[in-house]
Amino acid sequence: MEKLNGLRCRECGRHYPAAPTHVCEFCFGPLEVDYRYDALKGVVTRDSIAAGPPSMWRYKELLPIDGDVAVGHHVGFTPLIRARNLADELGCREIWVKNDSVCHPTWSFKDRVVSVAITKAREFGFDTVACASTGNLANSVAAQAAEGRLKSYIFIPADLEQGKVIATLVYSPTLVAVHGTYDEVNRLCSEIADKYRWAFVNVNFRPYYSEGSKSYGFEIVEQLGWRTPAHIVVPCAGGSLITKIWKAIKELKLLGLIDGQRGTRMHAAQALGCGPIVTMIKNDTDVLVPVRPNTIAKSLAIGNPADGYYAYKVTKESGGSGEHATDEEIVEGMLLLARTEGIFTETAGGVTIAAAKKLIERGVIPREESIVICITGNGLKTPDSLQDRLDAHVKIKPSLSAFDRALADLKSQTS
Amino acid sequence: MPVLVRIPTPLRTLTKGSAEIQAKGDTVDTLIGDLERQFPGLKDRLLDEAGELRRFINIYVNQEDIRFLQAKKTALKDGDEVSIVPAIAGG
Repeated sequence: MEKLNGLRCRECGRHYPAAPTHVCEFCFGPLEVDYRYDALKGVVTRDSIAAGPPSMWRYKELLPIDGDVAVGHHVGFTPLIRARNLADELGCREIWVKNDSVCHPTWSFKDRVVSVAITKAREFGFDTVACASTGNLANSVAAQAAEGRLKSYIFIPADLEQGKVIATLVYSPTLVAVHGTYDEVNRLCSEIADKYRWAFVNVNFRPYYSEGSKSYGFEIVEQLGWRTPAHIVVPCAGGSLITKIWKAIKELKLLGLIDGQRGTRMHAAQALGCGPIVTMIKNDTDVLVPVRPNTIAKSLAIGNPADGYYAYKVTKESGGSGEHATDEEIVEGMLLLARTEGIFTETAGGVTIAAAKKLIERGVIPREESIVICITGNGLKTPDSLQDRLDAHVKIKPSLSAFDRALADLKSQTS
Repeated sequence: MPVLVRIPTPLRTLTKGSAEIQAKGDTVDTLIGDLERQFPGLKDRLLDEAGELRRFINIYVNQEDIRFLQAKKTALKDGDEVSIVPAIAGG
């Protein structure tokens, strides 16, 4: 089945052959994979998807892969959890948590995009992959490049959390720490990508890479029994995930796979210290004003998001909104999710929980409507953010009487 | 005022393949004028119909995004380096 028409400029519509390229030569608009949906209709069905593997590859026909999957065979199909305790706490009827903090193999949704990008890099015959990263992407590129026996060059801001540095280095990539913000790393990588013939997953492979995020949206709909929720709250860094979840819903509608006609309102979550997309939404303007990030949510610290314009448009088109979270609210959000659902997410997840809570309290998200909250990364990668916030544990000698005394002390403190 | 301008791949068809060129201008705006004089058609790629910088292009003067400076009015001096960079994804 011939399902791909090459690439197409998202702005001016010019067509390009399938190649490792990402920018329209005429208007600089981003290039996007162009599918032949007519060829997919009736071929991709609920049954054909259900017959696929318990991974994101059950949606392979809707991803830009021509041949076999090269790496990341077990990525995705993460739990969608009915978060009853969190819903009780927030006074809501129906909250779901889409939990990519347990995505295989590197515990973030980035595994989805990287498996597509590296498979594609192999298809195009590259022997070296690279990326600019705020951490999660670095982990995933290093891991999946190792699996694919490819060389990897990973560029990160030098002040990245130690957990994310170790969780990259363990796979033996060439790790380059750049003294600068992520946006500066990204600009440098754009110039490096122009000079060296490498597969930069988020630069020249962006059209393929970003499509991997659609699987997160497909899974939400399938796991809800082929219905769409009334609201989805999505963390935004570069702004790609929210646009691709929205695209996933549109594609499933186009293919006739969704029950009912209910619209989904898409909501963007960002840190107050780096929230240019939410600022666009609040000011209702399609002009992005870049910022210099200052937030504990480093995985979301992109001051000049490439897909900011499209993220804004998705919230507008879907009737959604956006909300900022302060550093304090981010930590509270992480603790709230851990305390109610037993899920330890990274700071980005704290942003999403905090933003969702505020939107619910403001009445923007009605309490009786169904809500999906997107948790995209694992808390064990960023424990430093909680270091000062958690109570010291009880230390005792190995004797029963020592424990009895400690227990009595604890009880007297809480009574 | 000679300034070094780095040209990204999508624009090199206009600069006969050159990745780096010398151009003159005391501001980014006048620099774009000189680029157009040297390489006709380049201006239309950088600016939209209203004369504003296209949405998906970022211009940096000595590694600094001109939106943090004075945008197109950002002053240039001898030896400055200007990079034209398409927007890029990431995270």
